[in-house]
Amino acid sequence: MGKTPTTGIRLSRPEIWLDEHGDALYRYARFRLNDAALAEDLVQETLLAALQAQGSFAGRSTERTWLIGILKNKLIDHLRKTCREITVDTGSDEDLDALFDNASRDHWRSPPSVWDNPPAALEQKQFWAVLSDCLSALPARQAQVFTLCEMEGLDGSEACKVLGVTTTNVWVLLHRARLRLRECLENHWFNHGKGA
Amino acid sequence: MRIYTCKEATRLVLESHDRGLSWRERLGVRLHLLFCNACTRFAQHMRFLRTAVRRFAGQHGDASQETLAPPAKERIRHALRKHQDKR
Repeated sequence: MGKTPTTGIRLSRPEIWLDEHGDALYRYARFRLNDAALAEDLVQETLLAALQAQGSFAGRSTERTWLIGILKNKLIDHLRKTCREITVDTGSDEDLDALFDNASRDHWRSPPSVWDNPPAALEQKQFWAVLSDCLSALPARQAQVFTLCEMEGLDGSEACKVLGVTTTNVWVLLHRARLRLRECLENHWFNHGKGA
Repeated sequence: MRIYTCKEATRLVLESHDRGLSWRERLGVRLHLLFCNACTRFAQHMRFLRTAVRRFAGQHGDASQETLAPPAKERIRHALRKHQDKR
Protein backbone atom coordinates (compact mmCIF):
# COMPACT_ATOMS: atom_id res chain seq x y z
CA MET A 1 0.00 0.00 0.00
CA GLY A 2 1.12 3.53 -0.60
CA LYS A 3 3.56 2.41 -3.29
CA THR A 4 3.01 3.48 -6.85
CA PRO A 5 1.30 0.65 -8.61
CA THR A 6 3.67 -0.86 -11.16
CA THR A 7 2.71 -2.62 -14.32
CA GLY A 8 4.25 -5.74 -15.77
CA ILE A 9 7.95 -6.07 -15.30
CA ARG A 10 9.64 -6.02 -11.94
CA LEU A 11 13.30 -5.49 -11.26
CA SER A 12 15.51 -8.35 -10.25
CA ARG A 13 17.74 -8.10 -7.20
CA PRO A 14 20.48 -5.47 -7.69
CA GLU A 15 23.15 -8.02 -6.73
CA ILE A 16 22.70 -9.79 -10.02
CA TRP A 17 22.54 -6.74 -12.30
CA LEU A 18 26.26 -6.74 -12.83
CA ASP A 19 26.31 -10.38 -13.92
CA GLU A 20 23.15 -10.09 -15.98
CA HIS A 21 23.75 -6.79 -17.75
CA GLY A 22 27.33 -5.73 -17.04
CA ASP A 23 28.76 -6.96 -20.33
CA ALA A 24 25.94 -5.51 -22.41
CA LEU A 25 26.27 -2.12 -20.72
CA TYR A 26 30.00 -2.25 -21.19
CA ARG A 27 29.70 -3.03 -24.91
CA TYR A 28 27.19 -0.24 -25.37
CA ALA A 29 29.56 2.32 -23.85
CA ARG A 30 32.77 0.84 -25.19
CA PHE A 31 31.42 0.85 -28.65
CA ARG A 32 30.49 4.50 -28.56
CA LEU A 33 33.54 5.80 -26.73
CA ASN A 34 36.58 3.87 -27.95
CA ASP A 35 37.88 3.90 -24.42
CA ALA A 36 37.74 0.77 -22.30
CA ALA A 37 38.59 2.37 -18.94
CA LEU A 38 36.02 5.08 -19.41
CA ALA A 39 33.40 2.54 -20.47
CA GLU A 40 34.06 0.59 -17.25
CA ASP A 41 33.61 3.76 -15.19
CA LEU A 42 30.33 4.52 -16.89
CA VAL A 43 29.03 1.02 -16.18
CA GLN A 44 29.82 1.54 -12.51
CA GLU A 45 28.17 4.97 -12.44
CA THR A 46 25.14 3.57 -14.20
CA LEU A 47 24.66 0.71 -11.76
CA LEU A 48 25.12 3.03 -8.78
CA ALA A 49 22.59 5.45 -10.22
CA ALA A 50 20.24 2.53 -10.88
CA LEU A 51 20.50 1.42 -7.24
CA GLN A 52 19.36 4.84 -6.17
CA ALA A 53 16.63 5.05 -8.76
CA GLN A 54 15.13 1.59 -8.23
CA GLY A 55 12.00 3.08 -6.75
CA SER A 56 11.23 5.04 -9.88
CA PHE A 57 11.31 2.03 -12.19
CA ALA A 58 7.84 2.01 -13.70
CA GLY A 59 7.92 -1.45 -15.20
CA ARG A 60 7.10 -0.18 -18.64
CA SER A 61 10.37 -1.39 -20.15
CA THR A 62 12.63 -4.32 -19.53
CA GLU A 63 15.33 -4.06 -16.92
CA ARG A 64 17.97 -4.02 -19.66
CA THR A 65 16.31 -1.15 -21.52
CA TRP A 66 15.95 0.79 -18.30
CA LEU A 67 19.64 0.39 -17.49
CA ILE A 68 20.68 1.30 -21.05
CA GLY A 69 18.57 4.45 -20.72
CA ILE A 70 20.49 5.47 -17.60
CA LEU A 71 23.78 4.69 -19.30
CA LYS A 72 22.80 6.76 -22.31
CA ASN A 73 22.25 9.82 -20.10
CA LYS A 74 25.59 9.25 -18.38
CA LEU A 75 27.24 9.03 -21.76
CA ILE A 76 25.72 12.25 -23.06
CA ASP A 77 26.68 13.96 -19.78
CA HIS A 78 30.22 12.78 -20.23
CA LEU A 79 30.43 14.05 -23.80
CA ARG A 80 28.99 17.37 -22.71
CA LYS A 81 31.69 17.77 -20.06
CA THR A 82 34.63 16.75 -22.21
CA CYS A 83 33.51 18.79 -25.17
CA ARG A 84 33.00 22.00 -23.27
CA GLU A 85 36.43 23.40 -24.18
CA ILE A 86 36.38 22.32 -27.75
CA THR A 87 36.88 24.96 -30.35
CA VAL A 88 36.86 23.71 -33.87
CA ASP A 89 38.49 25.43 -36.77
CA THR A 90 35.29 26.00 -38.67
CA GLY A 91 35.58 27.44 -42.11
CA SER A 92 36.68 25.20 -44.86
CA ASP A 93 36.14 21.53 -45.33
CA GLU A 94 39.75 20.68 -46.08
CA ASP A 95 39.04 16.98 -46.06
CA LEU A 96 36.50 17.51 -48.80
CA ASP A 97 38.79 19.82 -50.75
CA ALA A 98 41.54 17.24 -50.69
CA LEU A 99 39.41 14.75 -52.62
CA PHE A 100 39.18 16.95 -55.68
CA ASP A 101 41.60 18.29 -58.20
CA ASN A 102 41.33 22.06 -58.47
CA ALA A 103 43.23 22.13 -61.71
CA SER A 104 40.65 20.07 -63.58
CA ARG A 105 37.41 21.78 -62.59
CA ASP A 106 37.15 19.93 -59.29
CA HIS A 107 37.02 16.39 -60.58
CA TRP A 108 37.58 13.45 -58.22
CA ARG A 109 41.24 12.67 -57.72
CA SER A 110 40.35 9.08 -57.08
CA PRO A 111 36.64 8.40 -57.64
CA PRO A 112 34.68 6.21 -55.21
CA SER A 113 34.78 2.64 -56.44
CA VAL A 114 31.90 0.28 -57.12
CA TRP A 115 30.87 -1.53 -53.93
CA ASP A 116 29.87 -5.09 -54.50
CA ASN A 117 26.52 -5.99 -52.92
CA PRO A 118 26.49 -3.79 -49.80
CA PRO A 119 23.28 -5.32 -48.34
CA ALA A 120 25.05 -8.69 -48.15
CA ALA A 121 27.77 -7.10 -46.01
CA LEU A 122 25.18 -6.32 -43.33
CA GLU A 123 24.61 -10.04 -42.87
CA GLN A 124 28.25 -10.83 -42.20
CA LYS A 125 29.80 -10.76 -38.76
CA GLN A 126 33.19 -9.82 -40.11
CA PHE A 127 31.74 -6.67 -41.64
CA TRP A 128 30.66 -5.37 -38.23
CA ALA A 129 34.16 -5.93 -36.92
CA VAL A 130 35.56 -3.85 -39.79
CA LEU A 131 33.01 -1.08 -39.20
CA SER A 132 33.86 -1.13 -35.51
CA ASP A 133 37.57 -0.75 -36.30
CA CYS A 134 36.82 2.09 -38.68
CA LEU A 135 34.78 3.88 -35.99
CA SER A 136 37.60 3.38 -33.46
CA ALA A 137 40.05 4.94 -35.87
CA LEU A 138 38.14 8.25 -36.01
CA PRO A 139 39.76 11.20 -34.25
CA ALA A 140 38.11 11.73 -30.84
CA ARG A 141 36.20 14.87 -31.73
CA GLN A 142 34.73 13.44 -34.91
CA ALA A 143 33.83 10.25 -33.10
CA GLN A 144 31.99 12.17 -30.36
CA VAL A 145 29.88 14.15 -32.79
CA PHE A 146 29.24 11.14 -34.96
CA THR A 147 28.17 9.10 -31.94
CA LEU A 148 25.72 11.74 -30.75
CA CYS A 149 24.17 12.36 -34.15
CA GLU A 150 24.21 9.01 -35.88
CA MET A 151 24.00 6.57 -32.98
CA GLU A 152 22.09 8.41 -30.27
CA GLY A 153 20.00 10.06 -32.95
CA LEU A 154 20.39 13.66 -31.77
CA ASP A 155 19.88 16.13 -34.58
CA GLY A 156 22.52 18.70 -35.45
CA SER A 157 21.16 21.46 -33.24
CA GLU A 158 20.72 19.15 -30.22
CA ALA A 159 24.29 17.97 -30.64
CA CYS A 160 25.39 21.61 -30.71
CA LYS A 161 23.72 22.22 -27.37
CA VAL A 162 25.43 19.21 -25.85
CA LEU A 163 28.82 20.04 -27.31
CA GLY A 164 28.59 23.80 -27.15
CA VAL A 165 29.64 24.33 -30.74
CA THR A 166 27.94 25.90 -33.74
CA THR A 167 25.93 24.02 -36.35
CA THR A 168 28.62 24.60 -38.96
CA ASN A 169 31.17 22.99 -36.69
CA VAL A 170 29.01 19.98 -36.13
CA TRP A 171 28.48 19.60 -39.87
CA VAL A 172 32.15 19.92 -40.67
CA LEU A 173 32.99 17.25 -38.09
CA LEU A 174 30.22 14.98 -39.31
CA HIS A 175 31.34 15.36 -42.91
CA ARG A 176 34.91 14.53 -42.01
CA ALA A 177 33.77 11.49 -40.08
CA ARG A 178 31.59 10.27 -42.96
CA LEU A 179 34.35 10.76 -45.53
CA ARG A 180 36.79 8.83 -43.39
CA LEU A 181 34.37 6.02 -42.68
CA ARG A 182 33.53 5.71 -46.38
CA GLU A 183 37.17 5.45 -47.27
CA CYS A 184 37.87 3.04 -44.45
CA LEU A 185 35.05 0.68 -45.48
CA GLU A 186 36.16 0.90 -49.09
CA ASN A 187 39.76 0.02 -48.25
CA HIS A 188 39.15 -2.57 -45.58
CA TRP A 189 36.02 -4.26 -46.75
CA PHE A 190 34.78 -3.59 -50.27
CA ASN A 191 38.16 -3.40 -52.01
CA HIS A 192 39.97 -5.54 -49.54
CA GLY A 193 42.03 -8.20 -51.25
CA LYS A 194 41.29 -6.81 -54.70
CA GLY A 195 44.81 -5.47 -55.04
CA ALA A 196 45.60 -1.90 -56.00
CA MET B 1 20.79 27.06 -63.91
CA ARG B 2 24.46 26.35 -63.44
CA ILE B 3 25.64 22.73 -63.43
CA TYR B 4 27.37 21.69 -60.21
CA THR B 5 30.95 20.46 -60.20
CA CYS B 6 31.68 17.10 -58.53
CA LYS B 7 32.95 18.89 -55.47
CA GLU B 8 29.82 21.00 -55.10
CA ALA B 9 27.56 18.01 -55.67
CA THR B 10 29.48 15.95 -53.11
CA ARG B 11 29.24 18.69 -50.51
CA LEU B 12 25.49 18.90 -51.01
CA VAL B 13 25.13 15.12 -50.80
CA LEU B 14 26.91 15.30 -47.44
CA GLU B 15 24.74 18.20 -46.28
CA SER B 16 21.56 16.44 -47.38
CA HIS B 17 22.12 14.12 -44.41
CA ASP B 18 22.15 17.06 -41.99
CA ARG B 19 19.61 19.51 -43.35
CA GLY B 20 16.85 19.67 -45.93
CA LEU B 21 18.18 20.92 -49.25
CA SER B 22 16.27 23.60 -51.14
CA TRP B 23 14.40 22.43 -54.25
CA ARG B 24 17.00 24.21 -56.37
CA GLU B 25 19.84 22.34 -54.67
CA ARG B 26 18.00 19.03 -54.89
CA LEU B 27 17.34 19.51 -58.59
CA GLY B 28 20.94 20.54 -59.20
CA VAL B 29 22.28 17.46 -57.40
CA ARG B 30 19.90 15.18 -59.30
CA LEU B 31 20.97 16.64 -62.62
CA HIS B 32 24.61 16.17 -61.72
CA LEU B 33 24.11 12.58 -60.59
CA LEU B 34 22.32 11.79 -63.86
CA PHE B 35 25.59 12.25 -65.71
CA CYS B 36 28.16 11.39 -63.06
CA ASN B 37 28.86 7.81 -61.97
CA ALA B 38 31.46 8.76 -59.38
CA CYS B 39 29.13 11.06 -57.45
CA THR B 40 26.25 8.61 -57.81
CA ARG B 41 28.40 5.97 -56.16
CA PHE B 42 29.38 8.43 -53.44
CA ALA B 43 25.70 9.17 -52.71
CA GLN B 44 24.95 5.43 -52.53
CA HIS B 45 27.88 4.89 -50.18
CA MET B 46 26.59 7.61 -47.85
CA ARG B 47 23.13 6.05 -47.73
CA PHE B 48 24.64 2.66 -47.03
CA LEU B 49 26.88 4.09 -44.30
CA ARG B 50 23.85 5.55 -42.54
CA THR B 51 21.95 2.25 -42.72
CA ALA B 52 24.95 0.29 -41.47
CA VAL B 53 25.70 2.62 -38.57
CA ARG B 54 22.06 2.74 -37.44
CA ARG B 55 21.85 -1.05 -37.52
CA PHE B 56 25.17 -1.24 -35.67
CA ALA B 57 23.95 1.17 -32.98
CA GLY B 58 20.77 -0.89 -32.60
CA GLN B 59 22.83 -3.95 -31.77
CA HIS B 60 24.33 -2.05 -28.83
CA GLY B 61 27.68 -3.44 -29.90
CA ASP B 62 26.59 -6.95 -29.04
CA ALA B 63 28.27 -8.26 -32.19
CA SER B 64 31.63 -7.34 -30.74
CA GLN B 65 31.65 -10.12 -28.11
CA GLU B 66 33.66 -7.89 -25.82
CA THR B 67 33.11 -8.36 -22.11
CA LEU B 68 34.03 -6.50 -18.96
CA ALA B 69 37.52 -7.44 -17.88
CA PRO B 70 37.42 -9.51 -14.64
CA PRO B 71 39.37 -6.93 -12.58
CA ALA B 72 36.97 -4.19 -13.68
CA LYS B 73 34.02 -6.39 -12.82
CA GLU B 74 35.41 -6.99 -9.35
CA ARG B 75 36.02 -3.29 -8.87
CA ILE B 76 32.43 -2.50 -9.83
CA ARG B 77 31.06 -5.30 -7.64
CA HIS B 78 33.03 -3.89 -4.74
CA ALA B 79 31.76 -0.34 -5.33
CA LEU B 80 28.17 -1.55 -5.50
CA ARG B 81 28.49 -3.57 -2.31
CA LYS B 82 30.03 -0.65 -0.46
CA HIS B 83 27.20 1.55 -1.62
CA GLN B 84 24.55 -0.95 -0.51
CA ASP B 85 26.14 -1.44 2.89
CA LYS B 86 25.89 2.26 3.52
CA ARG B 87 22.13 2.17 3.10
